[in-house]
Amino acid sequence: MTVTSVPITTRKDWSTDQEVRWCPGCGDYSILAAVQMLLPDLGVRRENTVFVSGIGCASRFPYYMNTYGLHTIHGRAPAIATGLATSRPDLDVWVICGDGDALSIGGNHLIHALRRNVNVNILMFNNQIYGLTKGQYSPTSEQGKITKSTPFGSLDHPFNPVSLAIGAEATFVARTHDMDRAHMQETFRRAHEHRGASFVEVYQNCNVFNDGIFSTITGKENRASMLIPLVDGEQIRFGADREFGVIQRSDGHLEVAEVASVGEDKVLIHNSKAENAGLAFALSHLSSGVTMPTPIGVFRDVQREEYGDQMNQQLEEAQAKRGTGDLAKLFRTLPSWEIQ
Amino acid sequence: MSVESTTEKIDRVVVRFAGDSGDGMQLTGDRFTSISAALGNDLATFPDYPAEIRAPAGTLAGVSAFQVHISDHEISTHGDAPNVLVAMNPAGLRANISIMEPGTMIIVNSDAFEERDLAKAGYSVNPLHDGSLSAYSVFEVPMTSITTEVCKEAGVKPRDAERSKNFFALGLVSWLFIRPTEPTLTWIAERFASKPQVAEANTRAFRAGYDFGETAELFHQRYEVTAAPFKSGEYINITGNTATAWGLIAASQLSKLPLFLGSYPITPASDILHELSKRKEFGVRTFQAEDEIAGIGSAIGAAFGGSLAVTTTSGPGMDLKAEAIGLAVSMELPLIIIDVQRAGPSTGLPTKVEQADLLSSLYGRHGESPVPVIAPKTPAECFDAAIEAARIAVTYRTPVIVLTDAYLANGTEPWRVPAVEDLPDITVEFATQPNGTTAEGEPTFYPYMRDETTLARPWAVPGTPGLEHRLGGLEKADGKGTVSYDGENHEVMTQLRAEKVANIVSSLGEASVDDVTGDATVAVLGWGSTYGAINAGVQRIRAAGQKAAQIHVELLNPLPEGLGEILKRYDTVLVPELNQGQLVKLVREKYLIDAKGIHKMRGVPFQAAEIEAFILESLGENS
Repeated sequence: MTVTSVPITTRKDWSTDQEVRWCPGCGDYSILAAVQMLLPDLGVRRENTVFVSGIGCASRFPYYMNTYGLHTIHGRAPAIATGLATSRPDLDVWVICGDGDALSIGGNHLIHALRRNVNVNILMFNNQIYGLTKGQYSPTSEQGKITKSTPFGSLDHPFNPVSLAIGAEATFVARTHDMDRAHMQETFRRAHEHRGASFVEVYQNCNVFNDGIFSTITGKENRASMLIPLVDGEQIRFGADREFGVIQRSDGHLEVAEVASVGEDKVLIHNSKAENAGLAFALSHLSSGVTMPTPIGVFRDVQREEYGDQMNQQLEEAQAKRGTGDLAKLFRTLPSWEIQ
Repeated sequence: MSVESTTEKIDRVVVRFAGDSGDGMQLTGDRFTSISAALGNDLATFPDYPAEIRAPAGTLAGVSAFQVHISDHEISTHGDAPNVLVAMNPAGLRANISIMEPGTMIIVNSDAFEERDLAKAGYSVNPLHDGSLSAYSVFEVPMTSITTEVCKEAGVKPRDAERSKNFFALGLVSWLFIRPTEPTLTWIAERFASKPQVAEANTRAFRAGYDFGETAELFHQRYEVTAAPFKSGEYINITGNTATAWGLIAASQLSKLPLFLGSYPITPASDILHELSKRKEFGVRTFQAEDEIAGIGSAIGAAFGGSLAVTTTSGPGMDLKAEAIGLAVSMELPLIIIDVQRAGPSTGLPTKVEQADLLSSLYGRHGESPVPVIAPKTPAECFDAAIEAARIAVTYRTPVIVLTDAYLANGTEPWRVPAVEDLPDITVEFATQPNGTTAEGEPTFYPYMRDETTLARPWAVPGTPGLEHRLGGLEKADGKGTVSYDGENHEVMTQLRAEKVANIVSSLGEASVDDVTGDATVAVLGWGSTYGAINAGVQRIRAAGQKAAQIHVELLNPLPEGLGEILKRYDTVLVPELNQGQLVKLVREKYLIDAKGIHKMRGVPFQAAEIEAFILESLGENS
């Protein structure tokens, strides 16, 4: 038996010689670095890794990864990745998309890839704006946003991507942000470990068209009081002295409270593996915008049979039952007659 | 008491079964076809059913019909006009009476001509009594009452028994055309094995129908159509959709690539999805996508992964897939796109035939986006077309569009089952080694280095070490395949993509003409499913001692080599199409000939007589 161990690689091995062409200061750089530095640690091979993207700033990502890659058409990356991942269960397939790509033009493909539980890791870079088309509001922009296409303010109520993913029956849903490499890497690692569809919302700063939109919560000085880390088995608490906690009211709603006034034992303990998605959904709705304390981390991480595995199982069962396909037999599944 | 009936030998007959959607007309027609096939007749069928699953019972909108043409010689159409119409209700009669020629036979279920039934069909007077059918031989048969009567003895409730009346009709027609009863009785027993009471009712109804012919003193003549001279071999009766599905499975086996179908249900293409979904033992992965775009998108992903990737659809789906087809053109990945054409625009006539997607297949995408296009001409030839499409796709790394249509999809013809070893080898090799060197002297892989002969770029699938590369919709540098915004490079790449498709070598790409004496002045040029009607029309001209040539194109992009020279030999080139003139536009533009279009957009195929009339008209003008 030959043991083929995975070669030791560094970030350089996973980077192409293509000049990275995001605007200087774009949050995409730190996400790219996080991924390129994480992959050598995951024990995977470059040749078995595929990055699939749609259209948008984020979607240039595959060109910078020295792996197999597809830069496709707007919104369709989850559909294209579904065909690849189900026909090639041996591959690690990553989908890179933006908020416009994944939630607007490609919303349909995203929800169906999630509910089917196709084995893809979907990283959605959310900057709450259209960058590549130079600054129109996106499906995650706050209502009333003034942009080039909405000089009087946008009318659309935004999507909450984490809620949407949970509502779409996703088995793995997480949120992280571009200012914290360690948190990104830990989140991406768990997304990769999860067999099935993993959805990660990455808050990403667009310093040209929507600069500082997340700084209220992700700025270094604000993080302690504005980010609510979700850690399995631990109480959901935050604040410089962990003085705030998330509690469940008697009417079932979640809210933030001062631990001292409600009592330690009232604070919820996070469990991403809970079968029922109710609390994860409630957590995703704890904040209604990035000006309020916002949970980050893994909201939901449950097991359900992966789509491609089930498809392949059906093939194996059919072959076991009927034998490997035989064309001569196939042609005779309709009644035939002989002409002498 | 039985009256001796005489038997007349005839060379062919066209029978049309018509009734309500719930009357089982498709099944009846299908059974009659099967029995005739087993007797060795040549045949062609035309199921003609409404778009609604169950339109209001008894109305014209709900009429479902099945026409079958059987003969003792080779035929190529389902027949222009029926010799026999079996009408299960007034709507079935009214919807079809206009195509019946005087002197033909009409058999009606007289029990269904009550006042209410007549009203639903829009008759104010009973056509059986007002003399309006005097030009026809009308046979009034109380099918419903006899069926319920014979089923009563078996303990079947009248309501259930009534549903067996189509078997009564089948029995009667089987008697009329001297078909054996055994195959139908066996079929009923097998098909309804789990429902013994239904089996019993159908058996009794069928026998009653057959016996009615024998004993009722209504029919004094029976007709016999003997076997046609077929090439020896094993035959099955196959629809275009089944032939397409089997061709795809065969292509997968012959190319040694796993088959992946990404598809969204759409009439009249869904049966290909259904058929392939059943064949998992061939390693066929079928993915019912969330929409048409995901159907083709998933197929593109699978193609990148090394599958023989297919998407199946009809016109509205083609519109939605246009952008993704362009992506496959840019990424130069093998992909088969099957468009079972139906009448448009928009939803159009979902179950009816039209050939109006040719120009959109060629030109319906933004940018210069060349795609090979193939169109099989008969239901059985959909099998070969699928294999040839796969061969072109994997050899040239290109999406290929196959245009079938609603007529081919649901129509049937006898197909001589091929020997598996006679099928072509279409094996393809993936790239396994680097094909270039970097500036630093390192071996590397350039995804757009081309094969000198085919201009195909290498197909390197994920999992192959050292060949990692990125594909996409952005223009790529010739050879290296990195993103390039260079204008000169874009022009080179545009020309390369066009040249690759223009130089495709295909067995379907040899122009040939059927001109027996070589001195005809009129040629009829066709493509796709009009072949049968054109062929029958040309044969009629020849049978009358006149001359006409037939040219049929199966490769529509690139057009066959030498087609222009052939067309230029004729004073008149007629191009009948089920559209407003699409191929005619192409040949006029490409060969600068004054070809004349003949158009039909009625949701039904051409009739041989129509083609014959057009040729005669041209011959008159030429003389």
